[in-house]
Amino acid sequence: MTQAELERIYEAMAKAIDAVGPDQSEVFLARLALALAEDLDQPERALEVIGESKAALTG
Amino acid sequence: MRPKGRGELDSLYFDYPHFDPPARPGGEPQVPVAVVGAGPVGMVAALTLAQHGVRSLLLDAKATFNDGSRAICISRSSYHILDQLGIAAPFLEKSLGWTKGRSFYRGRQILEFDMPDSADEKFRPMYNLQQQYIEAFLWKAVEAAPLIETRWQSRMTGLDQRAEGAVLTVEDPNGSYDLPARWIIAADGARSALRGLCGLRLKGENYEGRYVIADVKMAHDYPTIRRALFDPACRPGGTVLIHRQPDDIWRIDYQLREDETNEEATREENVRASVEGVLAEIGHEGGYDLEWWSVYSANTLLLDDYRQGRVFFAGDSAHIVPIFGVRGLNNGIADGHNIGWKLAAVLNGDAGEGLLDSYTPERRGATLDVFANASKSTRFMTPPTHGWRVMRDAALSLALSRESAGHLANPRQMTPHTYADSPATTPDDPGFDAGPIPGAMIRDVALGDGHLSERLGKGLTLLTFGDPDFDVPPGLSVLRLPADGPVARAYGAAEGSAYLVRPDLHIAARWRSVTAGNLARALGRMAISEEETT
Repeated sequence: MTQAELERIYEAMAKAIDAVGPDQSEVFLARLALALAEDLDQPERALEVIGESKAALTG
Repeated sequence: MRPKGRGELDSLYFDYPHFDPPARPGGEPQVPVAVVGAGPVGMVAALTLAQHGVRSLLLDAKATFNDGSRAICISRSSYHILDQLGIAAPFLEKSLGWTKGRSFYRGRQILEFDMPDSADEKFRPMYNLQQQYIEAFLWKAVEAAPLIETRWQSRMTGLDQRAEGAVLTVEDPNGSYDLPARWIIAADGARSALRGLCGLRLKGENYEGRYVIADVKMAHDYPTIRRALFDPACRPGGTVLIHRQPDDIWRIDYQLREDETNEEATREENVRASVEGVLAEIGHEGGYDLEWWSVYSANTLLLDDYRQGRVFFAGDSAHIVPIFGVRGLNNGIADGHNIGWKLAAVLNGDAGEGLLDSYTPERRGATLDVFANASKSTRFMTPPTHGWRVMRDAALSLALSRESAGHLANPRQMTPHTYADSPATTPDDPGFDAGPIPGAMIRDVALGDGHLSERLGKGLTLLTFGDPDFDVPPGLSVLRLPADGPVARAYGAAEGSAYLVRPDLHIAARWRSVTAGNLARALGRMAISEEETT
């Protein structure tokens, strides 16, 4: 993915989080991750990324 | 602002000069150009005019330089302009060149970025130098230029635009007088008096983020690398920027929380407490002296048209840009140089007034370009809403393990604007598959004992590869280069190719196979060829 494409996704997500509001942003992000994981169609890779993301925030 | 007991010009390391009001004649003859504002932009404009043999009168309301260090980052493109003016030496000697930035998230380094640099470049991508030194070095050149007369303590109180010129009303401690000028360059800053006299307003957006910028003197051991601290312990949720300057001076910018008012934040004890928090965060244990501070908010504001009759606006009088792109001063210097060489060409009879029509599209375009990048940088540095903050924090966290996410945090401050859409730029020749496109700044190339940029003329230069088979018009410098050398390779050129380079080192046109006819048409676009202008 190019830098510009990644940036477009970054911007679209920022706007979507604001649009759904703080009460629903967690559900929105979980729904988004699930849908992307299914599209990715590589369950082992998806689980790796889940582990990586958890590790980054739990230290 | 300065610490208690010290005056506004009472610096720890810099002696401000004092300039007396002018002794002037009773009647004023018309000057070719009045440059209003003797800051960096006005001085660059006057020096550019002088370089091309045009006399100017430089006026400033103050009795010394701007107080405080203000702008500190000078870009490679500005160094090229200083070099064209023959005055880069003192800047190179005093300033600190840098190529690297580091970003930290909650105390951990997440990104180190290098700005584009190579041995082919004569100058480094960025240099740090306090604005007082920038002004002092420019002033030394202005003082030595016989074609520039300077009048300090001179305020503009009136403007009367006429067909053949304009008349300024100038007020100094000895009274008020009329000053006729054929052209006026308004480089009189963010609170421009001339902008007000023209009835013009800057338009655009104000962003939420506010920063205190503070300079401290301290013996601190860290290389000249820009540090950005996101969400640091000393300012939870905020952003801090740290730059090294000459003379052991360090610039610390820290973001204010929404509940901190400007009045509170700029009280000396609060500035000291915040600075000490940042110093603790970066592990500085020695003492420090507070030199100067100010408060800043991110704005993107500009004029609809940089020209009003006989008046051209340059620098902060025409545009206010956020600090994150370090383009306030650098764009101002480019403005001053751009209008300087164009007005000189018109006054010297080398070009028609049509050339001046390219000033607004080129320089306003550069500002709009900065806005597009700066609003992205500002959203990252100072997220305006919950959504932008969540994404910013996610990108910072992701950057710990993924390089791609780190690039989202990379400040976009490097590339000079390309004048591809300027009326003075000739559309590209599709035959090229390499090299700088028309409108872009030249790409410097190392040439044995120096660089390509040093071998260009002070006016327009035709770079030819091999020998052109026609007579090049007088007034053009010609630089003949081999058709198989390093420049030819970098420029995608072959035998018979040519590049037309402007005094500001932007490419006006290029041809894989140049002819007298297409060169004449390119000059015509700049109102330089007789047959095109009549």
